[in-house]
Amino acid sequence: MTDKPAGMTLIIKTVCRLLVGLILLYGIYIILHGHLSPGGGFGGGVVLALGLLAVLLAYGREETLKWLRLGLLKDLEHASPLVFLLIGLAGTAWGGAFLANILSKGRLFALLSSGLILPLNVVIGLKVGLSLFLVVLAMAEFDLDKGAEE
Amino acid sequence: MILPYFIVIPLLAAFLIPLVSRRRDTGAVVLSLAAVSSLLVLAGLAFSGLGGETLVYRMSAWKLPIGIPLVLDALSALMLIMVGLIALTSLVFSVRYIRRLGRDWRYYALFMILVTGMNGVIITGDLFNLFVFMEIALFAALALVAFGGRAHEFEASFKYAVMASISSSLILLGIAVVYGATSMLGLATIAQSLADKSPLLVLWTGGLFMAGFGVKTAAMPFHAWLPDAHSSAPSPISAMLSGVLIKTLGIYVLIRLFYNVLGAPPLFLDIFLGLGAVSILLGNLLAIGQWDLKRLLAYSSIGQVGYILLGMGLGTPLGMAGAVFHMINHAVFKSLLFYNAGALETALGTRDLRQMGNVTRLLPITSGTSMIASLSISGIPPFNGFFSKLMIIIAAVQAGQSVLALVAVVGSLVSMAAYLKVQRYGLRGGRPVEKLVGEVDVAMKAAMVILAVLCLATSLLVVPAVREATLDPVVKVIMDKTQYALTVLGK
Amino acid sequence: MTLYALCFALFLVGLYGLLTKRDLIKIILSSGIMGYACNLMLVLFGYRRGGVYPILERGREAGPMVDPLPQALVLTSIVIELGVTALLAALAIRLFQKYRTYDITKIRRLSG
Repeated sequence: MTDKPAGMTLIIKTVCRLLVGLILLYGIYIILHGHLSPGGGFGGGVVLALGLLAVLLAYGREETLKWLRLGLLKDLEHASPLVFLLIGLAGTAWGGAFLANILSKGRLFALLSSGLILPLNVVIGLKVGLSLFLVVLAMAEFDLDKGAEE
Repeated sequence: MILPYFIVIPLLAAFLIPLVSRRRDTGAVVLSLAAVSSLLVLAGLAFSGLGGETLVYRMSAWKLPIGIPLVLDALSALMLIMVGLIALTSLVFSVRYIRRLGRDWRYYALFMILVTGMNGVIITGDLFNLFVFMEIALFAALALVAFGGRAHEFEASFKYAVMASISSSLILLGIAVVYGATSMLGLATIAQSLADKSPLLVLWTGGLFMAGFGVKTAAMPFHAWLPDAHSSAPSPISAMLSGVLIKTLGIYVLIRLFYNVLGAPPLFLDIFLGLGAVSILLGNLLAIGQWDLKRLLAYSSIGQVGYILLGMGLGTPLGMAGAVFHMINHAVFKSLLFYNAGALETALGTRDLRQMGNVTRLLPITSGTSMIASLSISGIPPFNGFFSKLMIIIAAVQAGQSVLALVAVVGSLVSMAAYLKVQRYGLRGGRPVEKLVGEVDVAMKAAMVILAVLCLATSLLVVPAVREATLDPVVKVIMDKTQYALTVLGK
Repeated sequence: MTLYALCFALFLVGLYGLLTKRDLIKIILSSGIMGYACNLMLVLFGYRRGGVYPILERGREAGPMVDPLPQALVLTSIVIELGVTALLAALAIRLFQKYRTYDITKIRRLSG
């Protein structure tokens, strides 16, 4: 795997560079509007992961990791469920039950509405996007020719 | 209300572990030990404070038929204590054992997720929530089975994963059928609305759930994955899998669904009896043929699960008490036997009984505790295994199933033969072992001694006064059948 | 009724593949098919004749809708399926590293 040139052709790289911002933006849009329209944390997170994976496919592993800080991504991925749990515990403290709503529900159809669902969607989106990306990255790191027994 | 903390604490620990530990595992060990011991304390408090009551916690403060409830009654509190106890001793045992694979925090994070999944299954009062927690526990278990990174471990894990995916699909199909018929997902509300539906529906859902959770229980026709998975995993994980995982995902859910939700339909009780009898006979017989110590223990687990199923299938309070009692006992002594196997593997570098010898002088604690565990599991009087098997056998005779009682007695003799083999070849063989490859450290010894003491201490549960405080409330919850629904819904 | 039968047939296709195929990758795909059949079944059970998608929008009257709960369940079960597939794929890669084959009949170090 290492002897191949890193990444794909110039055309793909250029298109990917142009598109990746849009893809990530679309993912963020789906996450933020999860309480108003179809989508939400999981769907948006998958779109985020696909944006990152497009970069991974087009530029190869080394280039991508120069561009992204792997340690930071892993820490974010581990921290986002913690934030979810803390929001849930805040519900036990002020709302009477785990994950009970403690924010104002706002006006119908406004972006900042429906209480805790929006922050929870953001946290889930982060977790899903990063986990999916890291899973594929980890699988890409497997070297099929190494580690054979016998 | 302490109910959500049974899920929150281990989950918090699982995700804190990667943040606090970089290259060392000290933080991970401290965090996971703290989490599991606090869970054990909480479970103990819950059980003693419950007094036969049922606590219902409404997640997100939604009203009941709509929201997801967490339900804590005597049965779930007892299961929580069991999970906490075995998880604590397993972790204590793991610290040294797992370091030979490297100082890895991932083991502890996965372990905490496994505990999360099991606690979730035990405490939830919602069918789909139960499914999700079951899958969480299974993911962690699958990863932990393959944790050693050797070829046969991946093979066992893959086989386990395929079987788990078949059974999960069957369970999901069952959930779909239940939802299609009742438009409900809470266990209590399903129990209420299934009561006036056609018996054909009960047959359908019961069949799907029986097949699905039967695979998780590893009763005899569904057992194919168990010997591989349980013998390939690291020993503390084998103890978790054999000791508590097959009981929470299998036995506990079967009891909940078939007694508390479906109201113990006689057809399925007969199926329990059949599965139990076959498992007792074949599981123990196959155990005798094994030379790999952990495979022998794994096959024997199938046989012992057979006793629990037999007790469940009788449908009498005494049989149920025997089943619950045997479930606790089996968690204690089978975990102890797997710790013994792990200690022997560490000390001798092999799991093959033929290559072991007399280790009574070099490993006094390991051989002593394994003797106690062997006596318990084969049902020798002062130890706990005797009393639970006796209860099941008496219950079988009382229920007019003397053939099944005979099967249970024969199975007990066969399992005694298997453990005689363990002692004869593995620990008290003719050839004395001169030197050890590795060291069995204090923590491992402590874990083994704690469980060996419990092997004796849990036999106190048959004393009527103790039994009234411990087993009887659990049996009452189960035998009240669909009364569960009314209690949860607060009517 | 035909739809339910077809769903069940899809489930059986997955089960058949899982039980008879020898290639690890095909086994993983079969397990996916089986899961999809279950999801489809759940969504079908939530269908209400004449119902529309269960999303309230600005300026739309609340009318008959299909049951939204099974769709939420299916979303969760898709996430679980994703996890299962990723895990199985990772295991298949590691098995290939160790045994140099994807053929399940040649991966036999364990008996039983």
